[in-house]
Parts: sequence; C-alpha cells; structure tokens
Amino acid sequence: MKLLVCISKTPETTAKIAFSDDKTAFIKDGVQFIMNPYDEWYALVRALELKEANGGTVTVLNVGPSSNDIIIRKGLALGADDAVRIDTDPQSAYYTAAQIAEYAKENGYDIILFGKETIDYNGSEVGAMVAEMLNLPFASYVSKLEMTDDKAIVSRDIEGGVEVSEITGAFVLSAAKGLAEQRIANMKGIMMSKRKPLKVVPPSDVENPVSVTGYSLPQGKLGVKMLDPENMDELVRLLHEEAKVI
Amino acid sequence: MAVLVYAETQGNKVKKAALECVFYGKKVADAEGAECIALVLGSANGVEELGNYGADRVIQISDASLDQFDSMVHTSVIGQVVDATSAQTVILAHSSTGKSLLGRLSAKLSAGSVSGVIDVPSYENGFTVKKSVFSGKAIAEFKVKTDKRVLTLSGNSFKPEEIGTRVDVEHMDVTIPTSSVKVIEVKREEGTVPLPEAELVVSAGRGMKGPENWGIIEELANELGATTACSRPVADIGWRPHHEHVGQTGVAIKPNLYIAAGISGAIQHLAGVNNSKVIVVINKDSEAPFFKAADYGVLGDLFEVVPKLTEAVKKFKAGL
Ligand SMILES: Cc1cc2nc3c(=O)[nH]c(=O)nc-3n(C[C@H](O)[C@H](O)[C@H](O)COP(=O)(O)OP(=O)(O)OC[C@H]3O[C@@H](n4cnc5c(N)ncnc54)[C@H](O)[C@@H]3O)c2cc1C
Ligand SMILES: Nc1ncnc2c1ncn2[C@@H]1O[C@H](COP(=O)(O)O)[C@@H](O)[C@H]1O
Repeated sequence: MKLLVCISKTPETTAKIAFSDDKTAFIKDGVQFIMNPYDEWYALVRALELKEANGGTVTVLNVGPSSNDIIIRKGLALGADDAVRIDTDPQSAYYTAAQIAEYAKENGYDIILFGKETIDYNGSEVGAMVAEMLNLPFASYVSKLEMTDDKAIVSRDIEGGVEVSEITGAFVLSAAKGLAEQRIANMKGIMMSKRKPLKVVPPSDVENPVSVTGYSLPQGKLGVKMLDPENMDELVRLLHEEAKVI
Repeated sequence: MAVLVYAETQGNKVKKAALECVFYGKKVADAEGAECIALVLGSANGVEELGNYGADRVIQISDASLDQFDSMVHTSVIGQVVDATSAQTVILAHSSTGKSLLGRLSAKLSAGSVSGVIDVPSYENGFTVKKSVFSGKAIAEFKVKTDKRVLTLSGNSFKPEEIGTRVDVEHMDVTIPTSSVKVIEVKREEGTVPLPEAELVVSAGRGMKGPENWGIIEELANELGATTACSRPVADIGWRPHHEHVGQTGVAIKPNLYIAAGISGAIQHLAGVNNSKVIVVINKDSEAPFFKAADYGVLGDLFEVVPKLTEAVKKFKAGL
C-alpha cells in the first residue's frame, strides 16, 4: 500500500498570540510550533499501522519553508519512510491543496491522509480540496478505518453519532480522534530519521484566491459575577432576565 | 446573480442549521443585489418553509439516491446548480456535511473559500469575512479575491427569523454521478439535540469523580432541555461517550448557555467552548482558570450546587 500523509505546522495551543502594530501579521517570534495533532496522532499513526499490517510505504508531505524540516523529521522519526517538502509558504487552503494535488497526481497513492483540521485556523478545507482536484472519494472526520481485500470500511464522526461506509478504490480521508493512539518517537527512530530521504520540490504556479487581511481581538468577558451557592434561584433569575438565555 | 444556500436535511426534515444559513444567505443576497436560492438535495418534506426564512426560490432535487451523503456526488450536483443559477456566493452550514463539501466546491468552482464565518461579509475592501482563529484568542478577516466564493456559516451565529413567505418548490434536471461510497449504517443518538446544534449545554469534568455520579448532570440537562457534554479526560477514561467531548481535540460549540461543573478550564477545553454566549462555571476551587472565562460563577461543591440549580430551574419553569 502506498500511503501519503499530509502534515502541517501549527502554533501550540497555549502559545501567546500577538500581532504586528497594524494588526495585519501574526508575530511568530517566541511561539512554539508543533506538528498539527490530528496529523501526527491520528493520520500518521494509522498510516504507519496499515503499513505494519499490510506492507507498503508511508510518505509524509508538507507545504512550507525549510524551517518546517524539524516537524518533517519528527514524522520520519515516528516511522515514515520518506518525506517531501514543497518549498513555498502555504498561503491559503486552496493554494496548499493545489500544491499537494499536483504532487500526488504523479504518484498514485492508495490513500491520502489528512488531519481533520489545523488547530490554528480550523479550516478543515485542504483534504476535501485535494480529493476534488484528484477526483477521488473523500471520507471526512474518520475515527475508525479497517481495510479488507478490496474495500475500506470507515466510521465518520457526524453530528451526534457516526456513519459507517464502504469505499472501493483509492480515496482521501481526514482523521479525527479515535483513528489511532498517539505514539512517541524513540531514540532509534530519531537516529534513523536523519538518514531518511527528505525531498524538496519547487512549487507549482497557482494563483492564491484567499488571504488574511487583518486580525482583531474578541470582545473579552466583562468579568465573572460570583453567586451565592445557596441561592440558585438568583442564578436562574439572572440567566432569564439579564443574560436572556433561558 | 444569486446566492445559493445548501439547505441541509436530516431524517427527511430541514435542519435548524439550514434555516440559519438561509436567513444569513438572504442578508448576503440583499447586500449583493442578488436572489437567495435555497437548494435541497434528497427527499425531505416541508422544504417550502425555507421561503419563510428568506429564500426567494427553493430548488429541490428529490432523487432518493441523494439521501445518502457522498461529498463527491453532492459536489457534482451542487456545481451543476451553481452553473444553472449563475450563483456567485455559495453558503453551507459549518457541519460535518457542510465542511466536507466546502473544500470540494472551492476546488470545483475555482472559488476562494472561508470556513466557520461568524458575520455578514463586508464589501468595502473587496469581499471580506471574519472567523474565529487561534482557539478563540483572535478573529481573522479573510479576503476572497475570486468572483465566486464558498463559505460555511458557524452555527448559532444568527438566530433565524421568519422574514419571507412560503414559496413553491422547483425541480431542476441534473446528472447524478454514481457513487463509489456505500453508506452501511448511521448510528445516531435519538431524542437529543446534537452538540454542535445545541443552544443549551450542561457539561461536566473530572470533578464528577466517576461515571455513576452523572445522574445529577443529566437531570439538570433534562430540566433545561439541554444537551450534555464533557471534558476530554472524562471521555478518554470512558466515563462518557466520545461524541460528548468538547474542546480543541473534540467538538467546538457555540451555544447560548454553557454550564461547566467540575471542569478546570484548561486552554484546550476553552478552545472548544469560549465562543459560547454565556458561560456558568461551578467549581470548588476559587483558582480554577475557568472562572476567568465565565460570566457567572458559583464557588462550591458541585454535588450540592448542581441539584440546587436543578430545583431552581424546576421552580422557574413552574412559574414560581
Ligand atoms: C494537545 C491537547 C489537547 C487537549 N484537548 C482537550 C479538549 O479538546 N478538551 C478538553 O476538555 N481537554 C483537552 N485537553 C486536556 C486539558 O488540558 C485538561 O487536562 C482537561 O480539560 C482537564 O479536564 P477537567 O477539567 O475535567 O479535569 P481537571 O483538570 O482534573 O479539573 C477538575 C476540576 O473539577 C474541580 N472539582 C473537583 N471536585 C469538585 C467538586 N466536588 N465540586 C466542584 N468542583 C470540583 C476541580 O477544582 C478542578 O478544577 C487537551 C490537552 C492537550 C495537551
Ligand atoms: N502546509 C501544509 N502542508 C501539508 N499538509 C497540510 C498543510 N496545511 C494543511 N495540511 C493538511 O490539511 C489538513 C487540514 O488543514 P486545514 O484545511 O488547513 O484545516 C491538515 O490537518 C493537514 O493534514
């Protein structure tokens, strides 16, 4: 089985978020970046498990600058066979997806795995775009994947439940919690990752349709109003009369 | 010109999220001097009511094969309707279905996309929309430069109002491709509002001590007509089902009211709930970080406070 796992880089959730004075740029200095958890914990680990069970190869791919090599090496340390970096800034979901599709189309993968979303922008767009660009079925929010001889059986998280379906042929998926258990890279993996191939390829020419023009801070809470634990009638009154939510 | 709204259905009925999208679609259409067209795929009933919420036209392609969701098939059909109606803006719900279609439609139509939009577009500096980013710590403004654009609307951002009238449902001829995906089974909790759509949510965490104590949370939720949720460790150790887990790695929600009992309020938990309109925190530790994100706080033992709150809600509902 030939598997491609698309990995992205995001700020760690607890990172302090700051913007340039004119509020047009996110300040990256001092921010700790990690591999997006959905990509690392679920998509990549499930791909590695499939390879361990059925043979084949796992390639990790990132669209980004050379400073992303650290997280790509982490993917190799966890067990991917080789890596590809498309050498350009991921300007938008569409731009990124077009780069990935262009590369993947040449290589005939059986499954292309994505995380369900990046934890910074929560776009949840790139996987579906690549599926459409390659004219492949797309299983989104997959929390379980089993392979039979000729079919994949996937459980997709939907509102308030799961949907189980069968897919024949190559497909694209986005990984949700449950698909696999997080793994920690061991010393041997880390040593080996240094010798595994990381291919850098130039970007294709794609027009970028969307850009971020500015940031603002959300309206903060006014401060918490503390209530007497003995007097819950008062809380209900406030929820009704002041907050108007019940 | 048209704004095309994909009106999602479930179990033969139009979903609440579809009403929000149509209501929002009408606002966008008015701003663009366009028509608001609602599109229903599959055999749902009563779709003419979409007119009441602002659709100028309702198109339904009632082929039963579309009752099964396949993003590839649905994208092809929506694409054909976009072409036939010359739609410029396509609006979907920010749901598992809407999000699965958003990227595909963007690619198919070569249209810029933004997911989880929280407000009406601005046209001052091209077409711009806002969404919440960085775990709710900021709001980003996105500019879409293409003529066509596709958006998903974050749930509970607009309260749909009846601003129109019933309209006749039109049919349209389209080609429906064959699907390579076969849905075998849909397992859904019946009788409760799914979390992403819930307006009222009662949530609890490790402070509950064990799954056997959840009765008091369920009673409060029942009295309020609320949906239950939980923190991640509670789902991980199997005290509660996974689909109840809210936060960065779970479901992100935006209810009108979020009541959190025995949850500390770690940033990863807040990431999924801090867009709630009103937050009530019940915790026995005055240092719990959740109090900083709350509107109302109760410092006390949840095993005493929650039943008292349930009683107070009962009294309120009885008009006492
Ligand atoms: C990458 C990553 C992603 C994560 N994603 C998520 C996520 O999506 N969602 C999520 O929830 N967490 C997530 N977490 C975990 C998160 O960091 C916290 O560990 C978790 O939210 C804590 O859960 P809790 O508040 O239920 O438990 P605790 O932190 O143990 O807090 C229990 C709280 O209950 C209070 N309490 C105890 N007894 C009582 C009582 N009798 N009455 C009143 N109060 C009482 C305590 O004072 C305490 O504040 C993530 C962590 C990481 C690293
Ligand atoms: N720059 C990137 N390089 C490779 N894969 C990416 C990149 N950005 C996003 N992805 C993949 O697309 C998924 C969804 O991202 P998004 O649509 O941005 O939420 C991520 O979980 C990754 O699997």
